[in-house]
Amino acid sequence: MRLTFDDTKPIFQQIAEMIEDDIVNGVLKDGDQIPSTNQLVAHYKINPATILKGFNQLVDSGIVYKKRGVGMFVADGAFEMLRNRRISQFQQQYIEPLIAEAKKLGMTKEEIQKMFDSYER
Amino acid sequence: MYNVIQFEDVSLQLKNKQILKNISLSLETNKIYGLLGRNGAGKTSLLSLLASFAQATSGRVAIDGVSVFENENLMENIIFIRDIKLDESEKVWKYIKQTAAFRPNFDEDYAKALMQRFRLPEDVAVSSLSRGMMSAMHVVIGLASRCAITIFDEAYLGMDAPARVKFYEEVLNDYMEHPRTIILSTHLISEMESMFEGVIIIDQGEIVINEDLDTFTSRGVSVTGPIEEVDAFTIGKTVLKEQVLGNTKQAMVYGQLSEEEKQRANGLQLAQITLQELFIHLTKEES
Repeated sequence: MRLTFDDTKPIFQQIAEMIEDDIVNGVLKDGDQIPSTNQLVAHYKINPATILKGFNQLVDSGIVYKKRGVGMFVADGAFEMLRNRRISQFQQQYIEPLIAEAKKLGMTKEEIQKMFDSYER
Repeated sequence: MYNVIQFEDVSLQLKNKQILKNISLSLETNKIYGLLGRNGAGKTSLLSLLASFAQATSGRVAIDGVSVFENENLMENIIFIRDIKLDESEKVWKYIKQTAAFRPNFDEDYAKALMQRFRLPEDVAVSSLSRGMMSAMHVVIGLASRCAITIFDEAYLGMDAPARVKFYEEVLNDYMEHPRTIILSTHLISEMESMFEGVIIIDQGEIVINEDLDTFTSRGVSVTGPIEEVDAFTIGKTVLKEQVLGNTKQAMVYGQLSEEEKQRANGLQLAQITLQELFIHLTKEES
């Protein structure tokens, strides 16, 4: 979890994204319990309704599920689902800006390729 | 306990001055509201009517259809906390207990725990408390009374930053354990906004906004990019503020963007506007 929020998006959305990040990074695994509303309210000092809104967004997309009276848990297959979603966004979020910047700088395809290659192990 | 608080066409006139103008406002209970307004906008007057400290010149304030004015049953469940200096010779704990006599849900253990947390001394005269401690005492009474409708009208004024953080923590914790309607009037918008579920903005005696915080803040978008592109994008929109730096322009737009518009903004940077910025632009004087 991150320790603070930024101004760019609604807080409930940032809450949902933090949990998603933790799942993608492997901090939270399928079946793990996610932090409780109380814990998050205490930590971030935000309205509990805001946190519930973020959680509900995750429930709606099938990433977490509610166990009555117990808490919220990471759904089976959540990692795969998020991984696939992020891969499909990868081009738009990372490749497109990369190409745009490279064009501005007048870089050739070969130059970019060379950079990529230097990361290969 | 209650379902809805309603201001029904409420006006308040003091001497020749119209303080509140035909206010109609409906508030769902068991939420935390932020009440924002500039100095003299009518925040305290609005809250005084709800607390029955004053009577409306016309219209009425009602809870589930029952007028609050001089209604004893409702009054024991509505508490109005302001940071005022009290010239009271009674000792702190005795004074708190006196106020508790009118509060059926008052929790003595919680009051004691709060006093410890705020380091509020029990055995000194109320009138001798420092500013910060006076604030703390009001806050202790406000929280421990556990009233169904709890109003804090800039109750934190005398508190320093660490004490305010304690106050925010206690409000949220106790609200979770004992859900109730909490109205926080404040000028410290960016410090407190994340606590609000609803936002009420009053300006020159009129209600400008009464909405969920998220719904309200999603109405403001800042658009940044090359001047011509930003200008083209903002045609026909309400622009609250514009800033130009070199070839780049930032425009604050009021009004929700459709998905189609967001697509069209491709290449422009879109960001949310903070509550504070929206507030400033919605309550500035006409030039």
